[in-house]
Amino acid sequence: MNSIRIRHIAAVTRNFLLAAWALFALFPIFWMVLITFKSDIEVFSTTFIFSPTLANYHAVLFRTNYFKSFFDNIIVSTGAVLVSVAAGVPAAYALARYDFKKKEDLAFTILSFKFAPEILVILPLFMIYQKLGIFDTYFGLIWVYQLITMPLLVWVVRGYFEDISVEIEQAAKLDGYTWYEVFWRILLPLIKPGLVSSALLAFIFAWNNFTFPLLLTSFNVETVTVASLKYIASDTVHYGQMAVAASVAALPEVVLALIIQKHLVRGLSFGAVKG
Amino acid sequence: MENSTEKPTAAQKRAGAAESELIAKATRIPWLVKARPYLIMAPCLLITIGILYPFVSAIFYSLTNYSFRNPTWKFIGIENWVYMFTDVEFWHAVFVTLQYAAITTGAEMLLGIGIALLLSKNNAFTKILKVVLIFPLMIAPVIATLIWQLMTNTSVGIFEKFLNIFGVYGFTWAASAKTALFTAALIDIWVYAPFVIVLVSAGIQSLPKSPFEAARVDGGSAWFTFKTLTLPMLKPFIYIALIFRLMASLQEFTIIFALTKGGPGNTLMNLSITGYNYGFAFLKFGQSLSYVLILWVIINFISRKLVGKYLLTQRQAAGKEK
Repeated sequence: MNSIRIRHIAAVTRNFLLAAWALFALFPIFWMVLITFKSDIEVFSTTFIFSPTLANYHAVLFRTNYFKSFFDNIIVSTGAVLVSVAAGVPAAYALARYDFKKKEDLAFTILSFKFAPEILVILPLFMIYQKLGIFDTYFGLIWVYQLITMPLLVWVVRGYFEDISVEIEQAAKLDGYTWYEVFWRILLPLIKPGLVSSALLAFIFAWNNFTFPLLLTSFNVETVTVASLKYIASDTVHYGQMAVAASVAALPEVVLALIIQKHLVRGLSFGAVKG
Repeated sequence: MENSTEKPTAAQKRAGAAESELIAKATRIPWLVKARPYLIMAPCLLITIGILYPFVSAIFYSLTNYSFRNPTWKFIGIENWVYMFTDVEFWHAVFVTLQYAAITTGAEMLLGIGIALLLSKNNAFTKILKVVLIFPLMIAPVIATLIWQLMTNTSVGIFEKFLNIFGVYGFTWAASAKTALFTAALIDIWVYAPFVIVLVSAGIQSLPKSPFEAARVDGGSAWFTFKTLTLPMLKPFIYIALIFRLMASLQEFTIIFALTKGGPGNTLMNLSITGYNYGFAFLKFGQSLSYVLILWVIINFISRKLVGKYLLTQRQAAGKEK
């Protein structure tokens, strides 16, 4: 009887604590979405009960260049991921399958990009980009985004290659496939789910970055993360519009996060945790 | 596999041919076989060099008086470094950096591990939570900071209305030096605690069942089981989460910049923000580099220690399994 009661109390406490954390984690998102439907006056005067309006969406999406920022973000993030996949997947294969001099040093150098202070990279790049004339261009941003996307792809995909037993490869080679065919026709299909989800996670990280586009681009290229900050700097603050800018920028990531769930742990830990 | 069993003779023939061809190739041009991994890696290496070059040039330019303002510059040796080490603001920035990292990482680890343990019971509620609790982690930190700025805004924010119920009026949040660190840390925790939750949850899912059943049969207390079984087995996962969080929070720029740009005053000026100020506000490029290079040294030093410890726990875990 007593132990049943203790177990009951424990379960109630556990659910209560979890609910409290869920409230803390989700309420800000809920509240932000709520504000997007409020007029400028109602942002001040109301809490939960108000007359919803789509005016903020109309203002942000059609009367500012928010759409342009949105597409800029898509272009640089997609470009960065594609470059990383094209260069990183073969590299991941080489790191998984071959033994060569300085292999681990190389792998760790690539990983160290992840831990390099962003400002340390930006300062010299700012100067180099000005000299090369690629400041404020898609190319420049895609280049620096390799810091974010490349280590993730190389390390996670390397793990997926290592999971495939060498015997499958050898069997294929015995069947007369060339190295190139083995890679394209046998290995790539096997790692496809892992590859796609790590590419999507890399996309999210690139999409979320703020420091690089803030300092390495100005008028030509502007990502939504940088554009969203403008709403707070303007003199007449339209909180509803700011919330729209934030919500629309966050939407793709939440959708992508749901898609890649199964592989999320592995991606987040750069392959160290095989969830 | 199935293919090869269906037509063994053809496959064997081809295999023999392929193998002899390979051997022939290898003996003809052995350097090509040796060079192959490097060739496969070439595009990636090129990009790596493209990123390493600016880094190396940073070390060089930190020894010059290069400025964005005037085009002429000269080599000035360690002058920037001497200036930095005698600068009161530098030591303040080091303190803020370490303080911010310790507070945010510490809180995220404790909360993350705690929530992950609470989530370890599998039922409908925890299943849904495991999905939705990662949302804050996926939202861009700068957007998250915007949301929190809205919520803590004293005129429109929901928190002001909420605190009014308890008779608290005009809580200053990011606007005052006393509460700015708390506010920034709160946002950091909101964004990144889910990272720890996700990793440790994965660790808990991977725990073997039998030792825990044995412990239950032996009648070990919950605390004893946790201390002697759960925690040691989760160690590698905790280390990974700790390494990733600590490295990132030591160089946090986005949340602090979007929240107060390092203010009020110099309350939140860590090394990243200070380096940014020297470079982009005061335009002293050479000087700014010394601040971020020292940050890199700190991060590198700590990460090396932690990675070493992580590898040790992994080896220990492997040893125990044998």
